Amino acid sequence: MTLKEAVKKHVPDGAHIALGGFTANRNPMAAIYEIIRQRVRNLHLYVHSHGQAMDLLIGAGCVKRIELAYGALGRYAPTCPRFRLAVERGEVEWEDYSNYQMVLRFLAGALDIPFIPTRTGLGTDIAAKEGLRPETRRESKVARRKLLVAEDPFNGGKVLLLPAIKPDVTIIHAQYVGEKGTVRVKGLKFADVEMAKASRHLIVTCEEIVSEEKLRHEPELNCLPGFLVDAVVEVPFGAHPTACYGFYDVDAKHLYMYYDSALSDESFQKYLEEWVYGVSCHEEYLRKVGEERLKEITATQPYGFRLGLDRRRPK
Amino acid sequence: MSYTRREMMAIAAGRLIRDGDVVFAGTGLPLLAATVAKKIHAPRCVIFFETGAIDSALPELPLYVADSRVMYGASINAGLLEAFSILSSPKLRTIALLGAAQVDKYGNLNSTCIGDYHKPSRRLPGSGGACDGASLAWGFIVFIPHERRRFVEKLDYLTSPGWINGGNSRREAGLPRGGPIAVVTDLGILKFDEETREMYLAEYYPSVTPRQIQENTGFELDVSRAFEAQPPGERELKILREEVDPQGLIR
Repeated sequence: MTLKEAVKKHVPDGAHIALGGFTANRNPMAAIYEIIRQRVRNLHLYVHSHGQAMDLLIGAGCVKRIELAYGALGRYAPTCPRFRLAVERGEVEWEDYSNYQMVLRFLAGALDIPFIPTRTGLGTDIAAKEGLRPETRRESKVARRKLLVAEDPFNGGKVLLLPAIKPDVTIIHAQYVGEKGTVRVKGLKFADVEMAKASRHLIVTCEEIVSEEKLRHEPELNCLPGFLVDAVVEVPFGAHPTACYGFYDVDAKHLYMYYDSALSDESFQKYLEEWVYGVSCHEEYLRKVGEERLKEITATQPYGFRLGLDRRRPK
Repeated sequence: MSYTRREMMAIAAGRLIRDGDVVFAGTGLPLLAATVAKKIHAPRCVIFFETGAIDSALPELPLYVADSRVMYGASINAGLLEAFSILSSPKLRTIALLGAAQVDKYGNLNSTCIGDYHKPSRRLPGSGGACDGASLAWGFIVFIPHERRRFVEKLDYLTSPGWINGGNSRREAGLPRGGPIAVVTDLGILKFDEETREMYLAEYYPSVTPRQIQENTGFELDVSRAFEAQPPGERELKILREEVDPQGLIR
């Protein structure tokens, strides 16, 4: 299946969608660019800490609502600019959780339990304030409330109950997928496995499709079986400009350039025209990035990132 | 040897970390503090990240918690669930190092928004793992520039729980352990009274006065217990500049 076909089939308008990766690492960028090119609208987005992918989707007008824990890229973006502006202007609905809470919610979805208890966040405004509108809460795919502080029925004391998340579709970017769909993520898994298992459909983009036999030689290194995967697409540099451990580092120059562009509507539109709408597919996008830049960020082995990469903000 | 305020902050905070502590670190100054501590007086301290990188080797300074630089040489590369299970483990002295946009006198933190939550004048990143570090760690240390608009009587949004309303209120809210240990700023170090849980000035940096700190704090501060902090030593500065952050990315 091509990326175009996978997105067309599994990411319709209004879909509830979860994104793998974390802030500026292993974001499924190629798939995100394709979603934007297909002008998908009204997505309900679930993320823990995101991310370049989240910011672009919001900025391109694909997102109606976000449930999230965090929107920034560390040093590369103190707050994701399009996310920030969309919230400040009331262009999206949002609901805040913590990272742990979001992962527990994905886990509950994966286990098919309706809710999950925790202590994290008791006594905070995360527990006290709701973001989504009451009419949104009446929709069938949305939990009736954000969370509930309840009495622990076994030990007494308070617990916080969180509703499970069951996305229509999850998109993750992995290093390797076998010919039969076995997925291997190298380095940190973040919450990719939990959100993949919670989801009705799963799209996996990857750096390399490899022989299934090779992956099954060391199955303990694999994280998802092929029968959970609905679409696999090989997209080298598919997480660019975010990093992909073992393959390439962040494209720091691109991220700084993006951040500056995303600060105003006009320059952000130009960015979209140039880097998303102006190219037909990821190969063309990579040609535009240029071989020199791709070489510059290619990972040093065995470190998995680019040793000595200049990560300073260009003056 | 001259030094910047940010260097003083990293070194002062590093001194609060004990050998053997298991440190839940964000990037930026918190990570500098933890790394300096590990290289100087706390060689057995372990640094881990909410992203799931446990006991990272950190051959280069990471610029975000999901940076591939936290992965190489770690004891395990896991995921968020594993990191949070370590954070809340009752057998460990886990210390979370957290930044914030606002702090109140009980060490509660805001990193979500300025203004009303539903109509913010400035949206900030949100909790990430900060609320979790503040809720579940054995204790946490806050890093924040010392400004009146940041040291506020009332937070615009309570993202991460400190001593809540003081006294026993944290326990009553359902958080049986943890709480803020110290707030490290560019002017000094603040700690919390054992009973009231109110913030007081513990140390002020050389060339800073307690009065100057009170003027930069938006609530009444007890300065009667304060003393002048030890300036950074030559060895501390050398390690910070030459080994921990040679590119000057954070300093």
